[in-house]
Amino acid sequence: MSKPFQPNPIVAPTIEPGTEYFWEQAKAGQLTVKSCQSCGKVHWYPRTLCPFCFGETEFKPASGKGKIYSYSVMSRGNPNPYCIAYVTLEEGVTMMTQIVDCDLDDVHIGQAVEVVFKPTEGEDTPPVPMFKPV
Amino acid sequence: MDLKDKAYIVGAYEHPTRKAPDKSVAQLHAESAKGALEDAGLSHSDIDGYFCAGDAPGLGMLSMVDYMGLRNLRHVDSTETGGSSYLIHVSHAAQAIAMGRCDIALITLAGRPRSAGSSGTQPRNWGSDVPDTPFESPFGSVTVNSYAMVAQRHMYEYGTTAEQLAWIKVAASHHAQHNPHAMLKDVVTVEDVLNSPMVSSPLKRLDCCVVTDGGGALILARPEIARQLKRPLVGLRGAGEAIKGQLGGEVDLTWSAARLSGPRAFEQAGVTPADIKYASIYDSFTITVLMQLEDLGFCKKGEGGKFVADGNLISGVGKLPFNTDGGGLCNNHPANRGGITKVIEAVRQLRGEAHPAVQVPNCDLALAHGTGGFLGSRHGSATLILERA
Repeated sequence: MSKPFQPNPIVAPTIEPGTEYFWEQAKAGQLTVKSCQSCGKVHWYPRTLCPFCFGETEFKPASGKGKIYSYSVMSRGNPNPYCIAYVTLEEGVTMMTQIVDCDLDDVHIGQAVEVVFKPTEGEDTPPVPMFKPV
Repeated sequence: MDLKDKAYIVGAYEHPTRKAPDKSVAQLHAESAKGALEDAGLSHSDIDGYFCAGDAPGLGMLSMVDYMGLRNLRHVDSTETGGSSYLIHVSHAAQAIAMGRCDIALITLAGRPRSAGSSGTQPRNWGSDVPDTPFESPFGSVTVNSYAMVAQRHMYEYGTTAEQLAWIKVAASHHAQHNPHAMLKDVVTVEDVLNSPMVSSPLKRLDCCVVTDGGGALILARPEIARQLKRPLVGLRGAGEAIKGQLGGEVDLTWSAARLSGPRAFEQAGVTPADIKYASIYDSFTITVLMQLEDLGFCKKGEGGKFVADGNLISGVGKLPFNTDGGGLCNNHPANRGGITKVIEAVRQLRGEAHPAVQVPNCDLALAHGTGGFLGSRHGSATLILERA
């Protein structure tokens, strides 16, 4: 059995106030995370106020490397099968994403992965951070 | 606040329909309310408290109150935590009655996702300003794969198997065969579950609940009124509620908010899981049941697989009879959320009115638990400890 990755159309994300920089950096191929200027903790997904202490936050670049925490392959995709996942970044936070550019039947927990930005539908829309095996 | 003997569930009604293309959602709410009032022996004008959640069409509860013509309301509450809402409503209704804010409270749920063709494999549209949506919906986040990632992690951490999860569906099907209204009445085997098509790994089609149209309603009343009514009284001994999300990126799929709501309910009731004779456990998916059983303390964390195997949840066979109506897995999951059906079957058991084939002997203490939303991202949790008064 194998399920080679085949892309699906991706609906472009809504760019909410406070997340413009994240999506600008995504266009430049850089994954960013937010950290707190008060408690120093990194969080996911990006907020303007820290979800641990309500301190002010700032964006910083992430390495783009991580490990799969959990995943699930949707057999009947849209239209192709796809693998949703939680990836724990080297920075310590765990983010929802998709695992791409591999045989989806070989995906496993603990697997080392790195970010790859995938284009979304529409003109001048930002790409979204997905992950492929290292 | 001590809830004992402050309010009683006096009316319970589960709409018999499982497919209602010719009825409106508002109509299903009203028919469910009427059924619960008739069960209680009360009338339309007696209702002075009303509770509903996100399945009610319109702006909050305004449309439903107007549609049903509820003119005497003194207290309203539209707490929305997905499928756990209605269990929170029971707790809040008892508190409101104890505080003197109302005397007779109505709770309704209804929906028709089956006729509308909506299910847990499709994205939900919550609007554009939901903060998590841009960071989740591009990745194909839907209901079933949220729960599936919890199951995948549970298997990795604790060695839980697909066979063990399948036993949960098998037990529900053993109960559903006695329910003439159940959508799925056939008894299934572990092999049937394992051989059903994969939906979202590791969850297969028979690991998922049914998609049904329908509804349900409950009536709570203050003790002075409740004692004058014809139905056996069911009291609330303890209640707990909790919300769990992604914890700012410190995602941990090995526990659910039941770990918080459960102990709150047991402590207030002054009982332990070992005292529970019957349990209604939210069963959107088989993994939902496994996680709740562990987090509520019916078994140790990681031992849920062993606990549910070999028919341990089947009434008359195992130690913990669960979801004797067939549950969401086989009977009914109206509005793509159960919750109220969990309380209704617990009321039937405590009244001694469950089907004789599944009635738990001398059932005087029961638990009902709801998990609403998405177990793998953010969910609500509500636990009720109910007793025969």
